[in-house]
Amino acid sequence: MIAILTPRERQIGMAMAIGLALLGLTMAALGGHDPIAVHGFMALALGLALVFAVGSVLEEPAPNPARLQQYYDDPIKVGIVLAMIWGVFAMTIGLWVAALMVWPDATFGQAWSSYGRLRPVHTTGVIFAFGGNALIATSFHVMQRTCRARLADQLSPWFVLIGYNLFLVWAVTGYFMGVTQSKEYAEPEWYADIWLVIVWVTYLVLYLRTLKRRAEPHIYVANWYYLAFIVVVAMLHIVNAAAIPVSWTGAKSYPAFSGVQDAMVQWWYGHNAVAFFMTSGFLGMLYYYLPMRAQRPIFSYRLSIISFWGITFFYLWVGSHHLHYTALPTWVQNLGMTFSIMLLVPSWASAGNALATLNGAWHRVRDDATLRFMFIAAVFYGLSTFEGSFLAIRPVNALSHYTDWTVGHVHSGALGWLAMVTFGAFYSVIPQIWGRTAMYSPKLVEWHFWLALAGLLTYVFSLWNAGITQGLMWRAYNSAGTLNYSFIESMEAMRPYYIARVLGGALFLAGICVGAVNIWLTIRGARDAAPDRPLSPQAAE
Amino acid sequence: MSVTERDIFSGYMTTGHDWNGIKELNSPIPRVVLWFMLVTHVYAVIIWTLYPAWPLGNTHSMGLLGGDQKIAVAADVATATAARADWTTALATEDFDTIRANPDLMGRALATAGQLFGENCQACHGAGGMGGPGFPRLSDDIWLWGGTAEDITVTLRYGINSPHPDTHVAQMPAFGRDGLLSGPEIAVLTGYVQTLGAGVVPDDPSEGAVLFQENCAACHGADAKGVEGLGAPNLTDADWIYGGDSATIRLTLLNGRQGVMPAWQPRLTDAEIRMLALYVEGLHTKGAEDAQ
Repeated sequence: MIAILTPRERQIGMAMAIGLALLGLTMAALGGHDPIAVHGFMALALGLALVFAVGSVLEEPAPNPARLQQYYDDPIKVGIVLAMIWGVFAMTIGLWVAALMVWPDATFGQAWSSYGRLRPVHTTGVIFAFGGNALIATSFHVMQRTCRARLADQLSPWFVLIGYNLFLVWAVTGYFMGVTQSKEYAEPEWYADIWLVIVWVTYLVLYLRTLKRRAEPHIYVANWYYLAFIVVVAMLHIVNAAAIPVSWTGAKSYPAFSGVQDAMVQWWYGHNAVAFFMTSGFLGMLYYYLPMRAQRPIFSYRLSIISFWGITFFYLWVGSHHLHYTALPTWVQNLGMTFSIMLLVPSWASAGNALATLNGAWHRVRDDATLRFMFIAAVFYGLSTFEGSFLAIRPVNALSHYTDWTVGHVHSGALGWLAMVTFGAFYSVIPQIWGRTAMYSPKLVEWHFWLALAGLLTYVFSLWNAGITQGLMWRAYNSAGTLNYSFIESMEAMRPYYIARVLGGALFLAGICVGAVNIWLTIRGARDAAPDRPLSPQAAE
Repeated sequence: MSVTERDIFSGYMTTGHDWNGIKELNSPIPRVVLWFMLVTHVYAVIIWTLYPAWPLGNTHSMGLLGGDQKIAVAADVATATAARADWTTALATEDFDTIRANPDLMGRALATAGQLFGENCQACHGAGGMGGPGFPRLSDDIWLWGGTAEDITVTLRYGINSPHPDTHVAQMPAFGRDGLLSGPEIAVLTGYVQTLGAGVVPDDPSEGAVLFQENCAACHGADAKGVEGLGAPNLTDADWIYGGDSATIRLTLLNGRQGVMPAWQPRLTDAEIRMLALYVEGLHTKGAEDAQ
């Protein structure tokens, strides 16, 4: 796999691996007893492993130029496998966290397994590790196919993929050690944040270079979305992660913003992580794999334009709806609320565009579980975006805020949309790039689909009920005109819903495990000839 | 390159683009999308017109109706407080016998106090005041500082070993840590305290009894039945705050006990404190009913 790199790429790769090892060594040496030293050792180990891996093929002859007539799929394969490993891990942690709500003592008395540390492991693991690797892998696939161009070079995809996963390992192991900025979905500390900026800018440059090499006159919609995802996530991350380290050799830092400004910046980031990470990126995925699998043209090009620009423009204004009825000034809340409502139409337009694309292919939705994954994803994308706009209306938010309805809403998006579209995309792309005609077992894909759907519905229905019950209990008055329930009574009322949530999570986890086995067996199976569109002749740099 | 064709299923032409086999229809934007877009934008403009919404340099647009959540919530709280004033004033000022004799007032007080208890007391004293290790049971007849609503009001207001100047104070010394008793003496005393269930034998010459009378009787009484109002618990009953096993008693003797209850004034209003006092006073009856 490494021997396909040109001798020059191997040399640069070698230099980068040595650089990473030295960076790790410096962190480990200067960090002392700080957790940053542990992360230094991890970087050192990864750097040394890469030095040996690249070093073992450093003197091999240059690769066959025929490779330039093919797409470069190796990083995609690795990205998919990493996404599945992270997915199983993060959903297992999620099940554990859900179980803690029913059996709070199930932390076994350890600091690392306390709720406050496990929860960000779950959220980072699912959104950024499972989702992020899936986005990077599929973006490499989609951009090559829809541009009819090979990736601009063979080294930077690896830098993006390995660098991004080093960031994830730092983030997740940091949480276990108590390293956190305490900003939701932006918990990693300053050094991990700086590292991510380097990785992300490389990703953007790689994407733009590959787009520039395209053999198609127009840029396909999926690429607009992937590009919006990369550009805006870079902007959000750089602004929200601005922080001042206490020391250059320690993990702790303090955010550059404070008070209500910090809260606003955080939720401007937080909501747009939902928008551009969990929406734009995955819409890019949907826009390629759904029509591919349905074998139908996109329902409306014009609708694509309206929804893309609507989503990209309106989303950036709505973050303040996370801070309704807080210290945030009322006018900012009202502004966020109105933009959240205006956002609904472009969101539904893209969900509708996907569903209308299935017109003429409904028999395939019935017969093909892979396409059905993407159909359910589009449906839950529509449901979640409607729910999101609805919850952003201030009087509605007065009921839903701080309840499990919010958690249910996020999972309707994360399980119903993000994970479903990813599974659909994976089951489409895996046989193709590993040279198979189909997945190892279509029956297991069916099993995965129904387990995932059953888990999803159990989960979101239990938390919808839980959240609305909580909201109503908190505001219930008795005949004396005073509050009827104490908080603890509302907690006791949650127990059946939380048990149902554990069940839903377990079903969903069982589904991804079935999927992982099926994917593993597909990868290991015999190689058939895979149909792939030819790449137009074009020299790589 | 750009070859448009008619899609047989939908009847629309394609745009002529082709990406790895994916094509797009050149279908018009459905009218319903444009209508909904209009509706949501009109909604936004209405909200912007009526309420504060847009930044304007150092200030912001006020809207025709204005509105500020800080002022709104203060007004709501004031209205709700005024609406309850008729009976909360009575609760804060009338004496307890008058309140107890008024079923309507009692009903409101107890309905409110249940929620207050859950929010403020239950974390330590447990559901229904069942108590727990370190926190006395409230649903029985055993009281350190008095079990009438009048007594409980004082305890609630000022707390026990709290920073409030009028707090109840009760400190059991750390006999072991501070060297008041030797290790063997503590062992003897631990054994003796465990025999107190049968009561104190008058003029008991045993070492434990002598140690008890010299060191403990001043607070817990010569009969070891405790002194209500001093905060010294009865040691002859089966009810233990920290635990009646020998390990816990030994620990208590070694390190002493200084249980703390916060002063709830001013966190709770006078009316709320008195509602809670009536509620806690009634817990033991309720506890007895539940036991049946």
